Amino acid sequence: MQRKNVLLWISAALVYLFLYLPLVLVVVFSFNDSRLNAEWVGFTWKWYGKLFHNQEMLTAAMNSLIIAGVSAAVATVLGTLAGLAMEQSRLRLLQMLVLAPIAMPEILMGVSLLVLFIMVNMTLGLLSIMLAHITFCIGFVALAVQARISSMDPGLVEAARDLGASPWRCFREITLPLLMPGILAGALMAFTLSIDDFVITFFTAGVGSSTLPLQIYSMVKIAVTPEVNAVSTLLMLLTLVVITVASRLSPTVFRGE
Amino acid sequence: MEITELLEIVTVSRHFDAFVALDKVSLHIEAGEFFTLLGPSGCGKTTLLRLIAGFDQPDGGDILLDGKSILAAPPERRPLHTIFQNYALFPHMTVAENIAFPLRMAGIAKKEIQARVAKALEDVRLPDKASHYPDALSGGQKQRIAIARALVNRPRLLLLDEPLSALDAKLREQMQIELINLQKDIGITFVYVTHDQGEALALSHRIAVMDSGKIVQVDVPERLYGFPNSRFVADFIGKCNLLAGRVREQHGDSVIVELDGLGPVHVCRSEAKFAAGSRCALTLRLEKIRIAAAIVNPTDDESHFTGHVHDLLYLGDVTVYIVTLANGLLLEALLANSASGRTNFFEVGDQVEVAWSCDAGHLVLD
Repeated sequence: MQRKNVLLWISAALVYLFLYLPLVLVVVFSFNDSRLNAEWVGFTWKWYGKLFHNQEMLTAAMNSLIIAGVSAAVATVLGTLAGLAMEQSRLRLLQMLVLAPIAMPEILMGVSLLVLFIMVNMTLGLLSIMLAHITFCIGFVALAVQARISSMDPGLVEAARDLGASPWRCFREITLPLLMPGILAGALMAFTLSIDDFVITFFTAGVGSSTLPLQIYSMVKIAVTPEVNAVSTLLMLLTLVVITVASRLSPTVFRGE
Repeated sequence: MEITELLEIVTVSRHFDAFVALDKVSLHIEAGEFFTLLGPSGCGKTTLLRLIAGFDQPDGGDILLDGKSILAAPPERRPLHTIFQNYALFPHMTVAENIAFPLRMAGIAKKEIQARVAKALEDVRLPDKASHYPDALSGGQKQRIAIARALVNRPRLLLLDEPLSALDAKLREQMQIELINLQKDIGITFVYVTHDQGEALALSHRIAVMDSGKIVQVDVPERLYGFPNSRFVADFIGKCNLLAGRVREQHGDSVIVELDGLGPVHVCRSEAKFAAGSRCALTLRLEKIRIAAAIVNPTDDESHFTGHVHDLLYLGDVTVYIVTLANGLLLEALLANSASGRTNFFEVGDQVEVAWSCDAGHLVLD
């Protein structure tokens, strides 16, 4: 029994090491006072300083924030409506239609959206990226909202109607406030998914508009510089914060259906 | 002509696919009444309540309030409120906000809302809970807040869906007394749904007993208990011996019944007319049977039989004796354990005599 426990702990530690060591290295080398990711020389903030003077990087970061903000906002509204519809409708097909983009291979989504945008003669840029991001974010928001709805007492809606609330007031005063943690969690998830996305963005970005992940990729093509480490660390930090807040708001979200 | 009839249910039916939840139910409920729908689960009582509240639509029939059909009105436009089984307090609102909700929906001025909420909290003796959230309340407190919320804008009718079933026995009894007094004080008509016959008897002015989507009997509690109109009602309300037999003859209100295995017995004060030879059942309440080692001074009006104690249930205040009569029929009778220093009057195996007077039993068609 004891032996088994020790083995379990060791194997678990190895798995987590495998998962997190690369991330830790990125963070560590972002503070390393050397151009090479080879050995520790000394602590420095200078790569972060450089980052904030890199115009291309700043533009990409701004693009990413705009895209993530707009996509998350739109996907939250649509996803919430989809979540409500999924709970009310007995149609299994609706559920599949809403959730399919989650399961779809990203590369397939990217290519198909690219084909669509070209077919309708749309100039690739921020707008096309946003549309693409909204498309794959809706499902995640819907899932978060639906999880919240199914834990809600349907009697509350009836009670509100019974006490004189019209369907609309009932939605505004009862349903919406009670769903709010799920909706916010969904919004934050959509935000992180959008800001992190590479594959779909890669296909729908066109030439002029770069996002943070695209920018990192184009820099890495030459070499993994400490600047890349620094910007990756920042991105990681942002994602971590947002996801933590989201899971606090709605503990059930990450347990899926 | 004064109209006291508040709610009228006219041949209301409701089907769920092949299942008939309500089958042409008709009822009249008067203003100021404490009216109870009583029946086993699945009898349709909650379905009927939901139709009155407007959460569901009937497949046929009509529901009239003050003589006007309310079927076209959505729940929020019906001047009635519901107390739900789980109280359905809004978890994201404080107690005061919960009580203010119906007033806010009615568009009442803020100042007046404050005053009326304070008064309502006063009435349910929970004024210090105003800023608490429902999660922080006990079951009994939630119950009181739900009642305060439902009554704060004085509905014409209050519907209560098994509101006491979530409370423990002691608290339930206390809340029953509170409900009776509340209803008397405010004079609002209550329509109460329960499967608990004891609760129904204790609370109601009138009770409608339901079974399989139909109303079996509507009457005041005393009549329902003493004069059930069917085997079902006799069995459902209180404890009861049911002795099957056949009517031999009837003279006025006096009937001679040939009980299966026991022979002829005399039943007097029978209200119904029975054709000679029809199958019937004699319903005998446990407390109306005399039980003794030997019946002293048997009267001519009494039927009496000899038997043995087969089993007994000691319940503290009373003991229920299950007596085997000569032919193997089981009869339940009870005795109050009135003598101190001893418990049961008889033990298992004791020979006893049982007797009941001719007006103790009540005949129903079988």
